[in-house]
Amino acid sequence: MSAAPAPAWDAIVVGGGHNGLICATFLARSGRRVLVLEAAASLGGAAVTREFTPGFRVSACAHLLHLMPATLLRELSLERFGLKFAAVDLPTVALAADASHLLLGRGPSATLAARSPADAAALEEWRTLLVRFAHALHPVLTRTPPRLASGARRDSYALLELAWRIRRLGRRDMRELLRIGGMCVYDLLEDRFELPLLKGALALDAVLGTNYGPRSPGTVLSLLYRMAASQGADSLALPQGGLGALAEALAAAARAAGAEIRVGSPVARIAVRADRVAGVALASGEEIAAGTVVSSADPRTTFLDLLGSEHLDAGFVRRVSQMRSRGVAAKLNLALDRLPEFTGLTAAQLNGRLLVAPSADYIERAYNHVKYNEYSHAPMLEITLPTLADPGLAPPGKHVMSVIAQYAPYALAGGWEARRQACSDRIVDTLAAFAPQLRACIVKSELLTPEDIEREFRISGGHWHHAELALDQLLMVRPVPGAAQYRTPVAGLFLCGAGSHPGGGVMGLPGRNAARAMMQKAA
Amino acid sequence: MLTESEPHYAQPLLKTPFHERARALSQLDAFVPWAGYTTVDVFTSVEQEYFAIRNASSLYDLTPMVKYRVAGPDALRFLNRLVTRDVTRLAPGKVAYTVWCDDEGHIIDDGTVFAIAPNEYRVCTGERQLDWFRASAIGFEVEIREVTEDVAALAVQGPTSCRLLKGVGLAGVERLKPFEHAELSMPRDAGAGSGALSLLVSRTGFTGDLGYELWMQPADAERVWDALMEFGSTRAVRPVGSRALNMARIEAGFLLPNVDFVSAAHTLYLGTERSPLELGLAWLVDFNKGHFTGRRALLAEAARPPRRRLVGLDIEGTKPAHNALLYGERSGRSEAGSVTSATWSPTTKRNLALAMVGAPYIATGSTLWADIYLNRELVWERRMMRARVVERPFFAPTRRRVTPPADF
Repeated sequence: MSAAPAPAWDAIVVGGGHNGLICATFLARSGRRVLVLEAAASLGGAAVTREFTPGFRVSACAHLLHLMPATLLRELSLERFGLKFAAVDLPTVALAADASHLLLGRGPSATLAARSPADAAALEEWRTLLVRFAHALHPVLTRTPPRLASGARRDSYALLELAWRIRRLGRRDMRELLRIGGMCVYDLLEDRFELPLLKGALALDAVLGTNYGPRSPGTVLSLLYRMAASQGADSLALPQGGLGALAEALAAAARAAGAEIRVGSPVARIAVRADRVAGVALASGEEIAAGTVVSSADPRTTFLDLLGSEHLDAGFVRRVSQMRSRGVAAKLNLALDRLPEFTGLTAAQLNGRLLVAPSADYIERAYNHVKYNEYSHAPMLEITLPTLADPGLAPPGKHVMSVIAQYAPYALAGGWEARRQACSDRIVDTLAAFAPQLRACIVKSELLTPEDIEREFRISGGHWHHAELALDQLLMVRPVPGAAQYRTPVAGLFLCGAGSHPGGGVMGLPGRNAARAMMQKAA
Repeated sequence: MLTESEPHYAQPLLKTPFHERARALSQLDAFVPWAGYTTVDVFTSVEQEYFAIRNASSLYDLTPMVKYRVAGPDALRFLNRLVTRDVTRLAPGKVAYTVWCDDEGHIIDDGTVFAIAPNEYRVCTGERQLDWFRASAIGFEVEIREVTEDVAALAVQGPTSCRLLKGVGLAGVERLKPFEHAELSMPRDAGAGSGALSLLVSRTGFTGDLGYELWMQPADAERVWDALMEFGSTRAVRPVGSRALNMARIEAGFLLPNVDFVSAAHTLYLGTERSPLELGLAWLVDFNKGHFTGRRALLAEAARPPRRRLVGLDIEGTKPAHNALLYGERSGRSEAGSVTSATWSPTTKRNLALAMVGAPYIATGSTLWADIYLNRELVWERRMMRARVVERPFFAPTRRRVTPPADF
């Protein structure tokens, strides 16, 4: 037997989603030879722009960039690699059935002040407080979460630092943070605001992409999380060319750093030899050796499908299989032959993010259905018309509408195949209440259910965040104890996807944190 | 069977298929619960029953032993990942004693694995394991079914046990080597009833002596019992209860779950779990067989100096050191461990114990002091008795391994 040749790669990144590409970039910048393997024909994972009908392109799944911290964007120097924004700081329009819409920008809202001076003042106060909380919490998201009982100095220091950051908010704000931290957003909004329409719009941000309603515990935390990720900015941005353009810029950054990227190369198996990662085997049968493999696939796919439970302890496998990861967000993409008119809005006002969430109660009712594996009869919607800022996505004069609809269950009673059209019709009906001629404008529609998201983007459960963002799946227990520091029980195997701390959405921090953790190990 | 209408605590204990026979022979009516069944603690006298085990043959009803049928294309892979031993070479007809651990390398339970056929195994354990087995089955194509109530089991142990089994017509039993099993048939004319019956006989047991375990259909149980008792009526064969068996198993150095260790599935206090290395079962742990649950934790533990170990003790005097605390010196100043099982051993004429002791005392030949409370006609006295760490098993007769066994 001859000695095996030294592997050509120091690290293989499984999955070319944004986290995989970011992780690859940082690894390659450190001088490692990095290979990224993406199953799909295009990069980006769920951050992808796709032609869904001839001539019409749209961000297929995620449709706004707002979670990725500015510091990370700068570190990656994505603008140098071609990332341009068609629009930033998108305003939010909370749609009202009687056309008394609220226009919520970054500054004070005139429409809100006219309707409720008290709410206008309360909103300013709340935003200020949220930004303070976000700044206190943000550093926690940029590091490997500390282990609770390791006894290691690094972990104790990280825990102390978190406590100190919260304490440093001052007595009043610290008390408020600790008071609201575990609350449901419904109660918080009741405490602070009076207009149902405002409360609905604010509640939407807390529950979007999660399997929660406004009355679910922990929804204040998910709101704080959203704010903390973006360092309090929560600036909604549309990359020129859709989210796929972000992926292309990330890929260019990775390549410039020296990483090699292969698309259309699904990994079938992570190879283990002598209890250590040895490389990967592709679906094509090709085997690629590497001493380090980092997976941006979701934890269930990584551990149960690619690695296999025989390499893991049974208790760990049970935790992974019980991880909550069922998505409830559907995506409706509409090709429109003209811009639809929304009652009470000018064409210019359609440039923002439109919300159908007239009250927190409305969202909670929408949520009721999904508990019983039904789709919402009156869904909560987040709508963008990206062609207004980025006309290149559709033929001249035509438009695309991108709608996130909640709630749609992963396992619909009766199955999605039979009821897909009915669900799609419900969403269009809901839209049509605000844009009566919409139906006539639709050239083509495409509905992606959580089941489709699972299949198309290879996310087990079809959940945006890979693992539900909840107290029992955050920080040192995300995705599960035993894999929360990007390391896994198998030497040489790391996680860098949304299932890892700090979590999902197009945030990118898991990819960056994982790369750092891997370098720390090597050091 | 459990009934729907009664809450679980009001459910009557189950009766084994041997129950009516056992009840008829029980002079003391001393029954104790075991895994949901009522079983005999003592029939007549612990000493008489003990001597049946060591000097003749004994019948012990082990039907409550929890049994699982593990079958499917991944059955072997599943088992090899579950248990600490390498079972990949366990051919049909073989049995292996093993333990299984949680992720931290702490013992959940011990038991025996019977290789029945390719892709079919039976696992026998002291306590129910379905939850853990199902967690362990994630990712494996394997079917796990509890068959406890479908299989009646009787241990026939003692130096004359082979002769006894041959006497009831189980031809071929003498060819079984330790940890082998075979399907044997009992002829038509043996015992009451009609027709030949088939049973699984394994050369296994909990006495450290020559002995067998018979696994049969519940409907055949009484006929097998009757045949054995009839043939054994002139040969000092006795049914025995759990107390006598406990003396024999301590002599053999075998561990009893929840006596010598607490299952990691049940411990409430941190630090009371036990690893196979701590229990002196390192010989059951195969680090070279590939991954199994707890392997990484046990590897890390093996690399550290030991903290404690279960050892065998030979203690001065004749008074069993039940629950005794152990000290490093006679003054009793520094606590060194405690006794988990103790008995006076009539066969070796030694005062034996199993004990968990701290690292300084784990080497064979170490001396400890056992704090024994003596009741002399209602006058309590405290005695510090010298205890020496000795090798286990305390009693290991060559007859337990000889094949074919002696014919009496």
